[in-house]
Amino acid sequence: MRRSRLHTPKPHARPGETPDFSYLELSPAGVAPRPDINVRVRDINGLAYELIRVLDDEHRAVGPWNPHLDPSELQVGLRHMMLTRAFDDRMQRMQRSGKISFYMRSLGEEAVAVAQCMALRPTDMLFPAYRQQGLYVVRGRPLVDLMCQLLSNTRDMCKGRQLPVMYHWREGNIFSISGNLTTQFPQAVGWAMAAAIKGQDDIAASWIGEGSSAEADFHHAMLFASVYRAPVILNVVNNQWAISTFQGFAGGEHRSFAARGPGFGMAGLRVDGNDFLAVYAATQWAAERARMGAGATIMELVTYRAAAHSTSDDPSRYRPKDDYDRWPLGDPVERLKNHLIAIGEWSEDRHAALAAELDEHVTQSWRQAVTYGTLTEPPRLDPHLMFADVFKHMPEHLKKQEAQLHAELAGE
Amino acid sequence: MAQMNMIQALNSAMDIMLGRDPNVVILGEDVGYFGGVFRVTDGLQRKYGEHRVLDTPIAEGGIVAAAIGMGVNGLRPVAEVQFADYIYPAYDQIVSELARLRYRSAGDFFAPVTIRTPCGGGIRGGQTHSQSPEGIFAHVSGLKVVMPSNPYDAKGLLIAAIEDDDPVVFFEPKRIYNGPFDGDPNKPAVPWSTHPKGEVPEGHYTVPIGKAEVVREGGDVSIVTYGTMVHVCEAAARSLGLDAEVIDVRSMVPLDVETLVNSVKKTGRCVVVHEATRFGGFGGELSATLQEECFWHLEAPILRVAGWDTPYPHAFEWEYFPGQKRVARALTAVMEAR
Repeated sequence: MRRSRLHTPKPHARPGETPDFSYLELSPAGVAPRPDINVRVRDINGLAYELIRVLDDEHRAVGPWNPHLDPSELQVGLRHMMLTRAFDDRMQRMQRSGKISFYMRSLGEEAVAVAQCMALRPTDMLFPAYRQQGLYVVRGRPLVDLMCQLLSNTRDMCKGRQLPVMYHWREGNIFSISGNLTTQFPQAVGWAMAAAIKGQDDIAASWIGEGSSAEADFHHAMLFASVYRAPVILNVVNNQWAISTFQGFAGGEHRSFAARGPGFGMAGLRVDGNDFLAVYAATQWAAERARMGAGATIMELVTYRAAAHSTSDDPSRYRPKDDYDRWPLGDPVERLKNHLIAIGEWSEDRHAALAAELDEHVTQSWRQAVTYGTLTEPPRLDPHLMFADVFKHMPEHLKKQEAQLHAELAGE
Repeated sequence: MAQMNMIQALNSAMDIMLGRDPNVVILGEDVGYFGGVFRVTDGLQRKYGEHRVLDTPIAEGGIVAAAIGMGVNGLRPVAEVQFADYIYPAYDQIVSELARLRYRSAGDFFAPVTIRTPCGGGIRGGQTHSQSPEGIFAHVSGLKVVMPSNPYDAKGLLIAAIEDDDPVVFFEPKRIYNGPFDGDPNKPAVPWSTHPKGEVPEGHYTVPIGKAEVVREGGDVSIVTYGTMVHVCEAAARSLGLDAEVIDVRSMVPLDVETLVNSVKKTGRCVVVHEATRFGGFGGELSATLQEECFWHLEAPILRVAGWDTPYPHAFEWEYFPGQKRVARALTAVMEAR
């Protein structure tokens, strides 16, 4: 007699085991078809399972998704990714030396934020999670400003209220990062619904990790986006790991996250997230589709979280040390660099020179940022600021508490 | 002026705001074509169109999240949660997002969302259509929380809420939608046309959020209450022949401490009354604040009257509901204390 047996998903390898990424279903570069912008969802269900790739193993750009970008644009993209990485690298070290309390790197998945942001308009509204710092780099927020947020210093855009990396930028059209996962996904849909109500030309884009697609907010976002055909791109960054939990626990075992789209009547694209050209082209397609009123797209960006989840995490306790070395989709920076070299628009020397220049830029930015204070060194933010912005106008009970704090600090 | 019940007054508030401000939108379950299960949005979609008054999927979390995103994009959404008992799927969006967006972004982003939701019992709604969860919202920093007790305040407070740039959770005591209710279910229903607060201006006006109202002046004892219980308390005091001062709190956040304190200092006695469960309820905050501010003026301990600390039972509705008897016992105890 057979009985039901509880299934618990197992990752491909744990520490001490040999990584085996055969579970990833990969398509060769150039094979996935590129449909018309206004195609019916039912006619492109396959794109939710295939992998949209442009860069092949010989570093050539091939197939219908090749966005045919000018080499100068590719160089800009490379620069943005390298700057994001140099910034991450330095901030990681500053956390380790005790200058900042917490940090989260985007190592290995820089192409997601950088290529997507470049494919969107500056007026499109972005609702990121905490690993899309590349958006800020592309939209040109000075690194000093980001560092001041990380330091919770006197120039902190959040006035000392948020954990490091929870940036926001109203003028740059980048929404405040919450820290509660996936809450921004349905909010982005609401923003997009308002854009459609008002007849705006702008669209919204939002990002979550595959792990947090498990939240109810994911369902709400998908439902509202499809019901109202909201002009929004919903991105699931499948970097394989949600802290220690592999993507199988979010329902990704032998399944695609992009495939959740067609069930809602929404276009779903599964994209090689480490292929700058593929990410750019797919985003461009989804943006154009949203802008013309043909509806939302869910995009799964298949990538790998090469760094720890955060500075509080130690991945050697739950995944093999050489996991990333065997990751089949490579490194986004290396792949774009090799492509540019292959088409004669880049060189190792230029690459090394650019890396040095960006490192120096990060160093100079840090030097400037710390002059505005750190979490432990003056100048310090005025603690009374904690009472502002709870409401637009401070109510009596907060005025009273502010006065109490004032007395406390004055030693009365 | 016109005679309006609370449903008509709330409808009029939204009608006026939809007409005055093209950024005002209404969204919720059944609010559009049908006009809401309590008819509060009746006729508004027909008048202002499907892009201003939106029917939504049954997903309170999605409704509030969408309203937040709309608010960030310049709209002024009024979201309806069909029953306060169904608001919990939206709790994270309200508490972690709506309430804190202005704060966490240092004032750079905000969402001027009003969440309307019918609350309270007395309608044979059982444990899923009778709750009064105002206390768990009042406890959250960054939310304004109001509950009107009559048509005049309902309209004025709702207009004030929609015009407010801060998020407002707007509780509507559904038992008094159609008329004031003194707590006795065996008496014939009384329409709002019999009550002075059923007289409502047809045009735009506001009742300021953060101001309590002395509903009845008196010298014997202060009754601090809100919502349906305002009417129950008035009747209870009348039945005892007490010269009670009845205060309608109206706004839990911000709380008009001054009006409450002035009254309790004057009378020296106080009973705090609400329909919600007692333990950890908003009455505790009222009672503690008044004790801190008025201790040396008090002739008796401040007593609380509330719903029992059980889920709201269907079959024992009137044994559960804090009716005139329960209020009267507390008033007597407070008056007899020496």
